[in-house]
Amino acid sequence: MARSSASSSERHGRTAASAAVSRVYLDYGGFSPVDPRVVALMRPFLEGGVGNPSAPHSLGLEARASLDGARAKVARLFGGAPGGVIFTASATEANNLGIRGVAQRANGRHVVTSAVEHISVLNACRHLEKRGYAVTYVPVDAEGRVDPDAVRRAVRGDTALISVMAANGEIGTLQPLRELGRVARERAVPFHVDAVGAAGRVALNVEECAIDLLTLSSNDLYGPPGAGALWVRPEVPLGPIILGGSQEGGYRAGTENLPAIVGMGVAAELARSEGAAEAARLTALRDRLLGGLLQRVARARLTGARGAARLPHHASLVVPGVKADGVLMELDLRGVAASTGSACNMASGEPSHVLRAIGCAREESEGSLCFTLGRWTAAAEIDVVLDAVPAVVERLRRLAP
Amino acid sequence: MPIVADRKLDCIGLFCPMPILKTRDALQQMDVGQTLEMLSDDPASEADMQSWTARTGHDLLEIDKHGAVFRFLVRKTR
Repeated sequence: MARSSASSSERHGRTAASAAVSRVYLDYGGFSPVDPRVVALMRPFLEGGVGNPSAPHSLGLEARASLDGARAKVARLFGGAPGGVIFTASATEANNLGIRGVAQRANGRHVVTSAVEHISVLNACRHLEKRGYAVTYVPVDAEGRVDPDAVRRAVRGDTALISVMAANGEIGTLQPLRELGRVARERAVPFHVDAVGAAGRVALNVEECAIDLLTLSSNDLYGPPGAGALWVRPEVPLGPIILGGSQEGGYRAGTENLPAIVGMGVAAELARSEGAAEAARLTALRDRLLGGLLQRVARARLTGARGAARLPHHASLVVPGVKADGVLMELDLRGVAASTGSACNMASGEPSHVLRAIGCAREESEGSLCFTLGRWTAAAEIDVVLDAVPAVVERLRRLAP
Repeated sequence: MPIVADRKLDCIGLFCPMPILKTRDALQQMDVGQTLEMLSDDPASEADMQSWTARTGHDLLEIDKHGAVFRFLVRKTR
């Protein structure tokens, strides 16, 4: 669904100038259209004249050079050594590799993480629990923030890893990475950060925050889906979770998806040069959207942190008295694509673990809405949403028993 | 006398939300009053099943654990 909307907006040139807004796409957290500049540079890697990076001929050598070029571009986004970048097929895979790969090499059998992590982090931790590891899920405050002191108290003598996300995809809250990194360094425990959502949008530096492992998603940077990366500080012991050949230093077997990886590199470069300006533009749009919705929809309440403490492109709220599914369906009919912020929640009908962790009542969490803005979001789209959401909510509340 | 389930569902190896989704789908194909035995080794599934049955109103008749594997017995109520 997201994909077709992305390609259709591509056909239409995707500029703010397409003034008559026919389609409003505010689900960049679900899927981001790939930047046309990225597509252009990927094209030769799909159309031929390129070899396998492991091949012993000149086309292979060129492919190897392109792969390492992408590695350097990705590493530059967060100030890490390029040799530490391991390309994967997704951020989910990178989270699995970071967590399970560190655990299998560590002597300790304990992991500290937070109650609001992405499902790929939580389920990797549950996988470790099944194999005899203990995992501490540190709770968060009402805005979804992890208390570094609580992490400090959770660390034990046998803690093998601390894993805390940079920003929450459902409620937009940024975590205090600097303080968390200090705790990890102080206790000499490797620190893994799932930086999906934050990378390219907020300043992120592995030295300043003492990060030892970092997860990135290509698509979240407006790169193609099908690529992700785990950066690992060279001295941190890691084991592979996918076994096969010697690609990616032996830490991630399987022939590299070179077109996607090259695209991810270009996307990282663009994020590094344009991310700050884009974040400032989106913050203004986001604040207008959030401010307007909270004012126009009775009893609506912001979820997550405010202002600079949340992702610049992220607006999330709960609306009591309606079901999010119903609101999203009505919005879709009016050409607006948004989400609840949580795929897990949508599938099982249970309140999401994130909303539970911040203490949302069940009735409230059923009306959870998430709008994620992006590179091609125009002011006119915000106006459409500011008109549509109050009308839809009012209608659904009237229909409710 | 132990209850013999009308249907069995093996969710071993799967993680949240799959055990709940598969339980929901299995119950949808069963008759009211019938019982389903679901096996799961996801450490989160005990809390998940309790909360899901409380919300949906199905009877969670038994939970027991053999080693790392939970066994849930659910009766469809509606």
